[in-house]
Amino acid sequence: MLKIINISKYFDQVKAVNNVSINVENSSMIGIIGRSGAGKSTLLRTINRLTDATSGEILFQNQNILNFKKKDKLEWQKNCAMIFQQFNLVPRLDVLTNVMLGKLNEMSTVRASLKLFTSEERHSALNLLNKFGMMQTALQRAETLSGGQQQRVAICRAMMQDPKLILADEPIASLDPLNARLVMESLRKIHDEQNITVICNLHTLDTAKQYCDRIIGMQNGEIVFDDLPSKLTNQKAREIYGAEADEAFEGTMTSVSLESADIKKTA
Amino acid sequence: MYSDNILGFETIEKNLKALAFKRLIYSFISILAILFLLSSGLTIAEENNAGSFQRGLSKFFDYPVDLFKEAFESGWRWYAYVFKYLPDLISTINMAFFSTLFGAIFALLLSLFASKNLIKNQYIVTLSRRTMDILRSFPELVIAMIFLYLMGKSELPAVIAIVIHTSGALGKLFSEAIENADNKPIEGLQSCGASWWQRVRFAVIPQVVPLFISYTLLRLEINVRASTILGFVGAGGIGEALSAVIQFRYGDEIIAIMFLLVITIISLDYFSRFLRGRLIGDNK
Repeated sequence: MLKIINISKYFDQVKAVNNVSINVENSSMIGIIGRSGAGKSTLLRTINRLTDATSGEILFQNQNILNFKKKDKLEWQKNCAMIFQQFNLVPRLDVLTNVMLGKLNEMSTVRASLKLFTSEERHSALNLLNKFGMMQTALQRAETLSGGQQQRVAICRAMMQDPKLILADEPIASLDPLNARLVMESLRKIHDEQNITVICNLHTLDTAKQYCDRIIGMQNGEIVFDDLPSKLTNQKAREIYGAEADEAFEGTMTSVSLESADIKKTA
Repeated sequence: MYSDNILGFETIEKNLKALAFKRLIYSFISILAILFLLSSGLTIAEENNAGSFQRGLSKFFDYPVDLFKEAFESGWRWYAYVFKYLPDLISTINMAFFSTLFGAIFALLLSLFASKNLIKNQYIVTLSRRTMDILRSFPELVIAMIFLYLMGKSELPAVIAIVIHTSGALGKLFSEAIENADNKPIEGLQSCGASWWQRVRFAVIPQVVPLFISYTLLRLEINVRASTILGFVGAGGIGEALSAVIQFRYGDEIIAIMFLLVITIISLDYFSRFLRGRLIGDNK
């Protein structure tokens, strides 16, 4: 389905992504781990075409999406939804509009300029908001929401795109444990219910192990691990994280697992 | 080597002292020179002026006093002139509104192409920026005088002059606002497959619109003044009326026009504050 073949991205002399190949046969939830600067974000940005790769091919349903130009490129971006660490919503627009912006690709210039959304678009946006528990905020400005709420709105926007693939770039890195759990569960739910492939950059090891079917470890722009979560030994993980190992393992204490443990306790 | 350094220090010290002394003398001489120039300038001004410079200076303060004296000589009769000049004022405000509106539209178009975060092509950005530089480098008065000469005395040349200056001046402010806009929403929409214009429309404009409104309203105030001044060189409106009554020294009418202008500027200030409040909302 998705085949990444020998992708490289150089920034001047720095090899941010170096000869990376990933093959995704069936829909799955993939976690990419690695220390900061390992090339995780750059890889996702090349897949979405926010950044152009220096060399390599990315095949999606046997089409090289790196060759797409103009309209085809925009349509690919519509099919390949992206979720960001900083949510990247439009802060001054209301939540409902923010979600409907996911449909921009299908709208004509005139219809978009005049904000003429159809009632079906409004309905499906509201349905999505309802599904992710954000219905009550529909008419609030996005900037008035908390980080976790904004990230869930961003997920709604992504789903509004009817994506075939979801990329999440550190979706929980700036969230508190409870919201981190909500967001990861939402992503997992999307994958389970709609069979959409989700590729997720994660900083903490534990989250990746808990939610993903497959873990890819990156180091200095190269893939150093690609297997089932159970195959990832502590020693290998330490090697991937290097100097940041303590932080990444420490992260397990503060992020998702602790919260779910707490909730289990209270339940 | 070591002793050489000591010697070096001594020489430097000596030179420094000599320099400091020279500087002291030079400052003293220049102060004297300035004083001399000032005093001789005053004497020349005194000799050359038809009236004396000192008397001119006192007249400078007498003039407004005289105006008020004249205006109130016949009580509150000057008040009636306010209504006489109201149509002129409206024509001036019209000029200002019209030219601010068109200036802002051109500024918006130019600023989109002058913002590095929206246009990747460096040449287009530079070209648009230089265009705005040229547009705003000429004062309205200069452009207006050229157009008034070419097109005859009417409001239109003044409006064109103000539009030209406004699009250059506002365009620079607009493009700076755009470049300071947060890039995250723009990237967010780009990742959804939104086109360039859709990104501008939904990620840039909502962010910058409060600033644009503030800048435009401020420019409106400036343009009311500008179109008044352009009246002096024949662009009609209240400026022309003011220039006429000043020449004839009709104190009461001058006061009436001044009154109108002050009221206009104050109410514009209130109006813009109100509008800004309504449009931006009172968050943060």
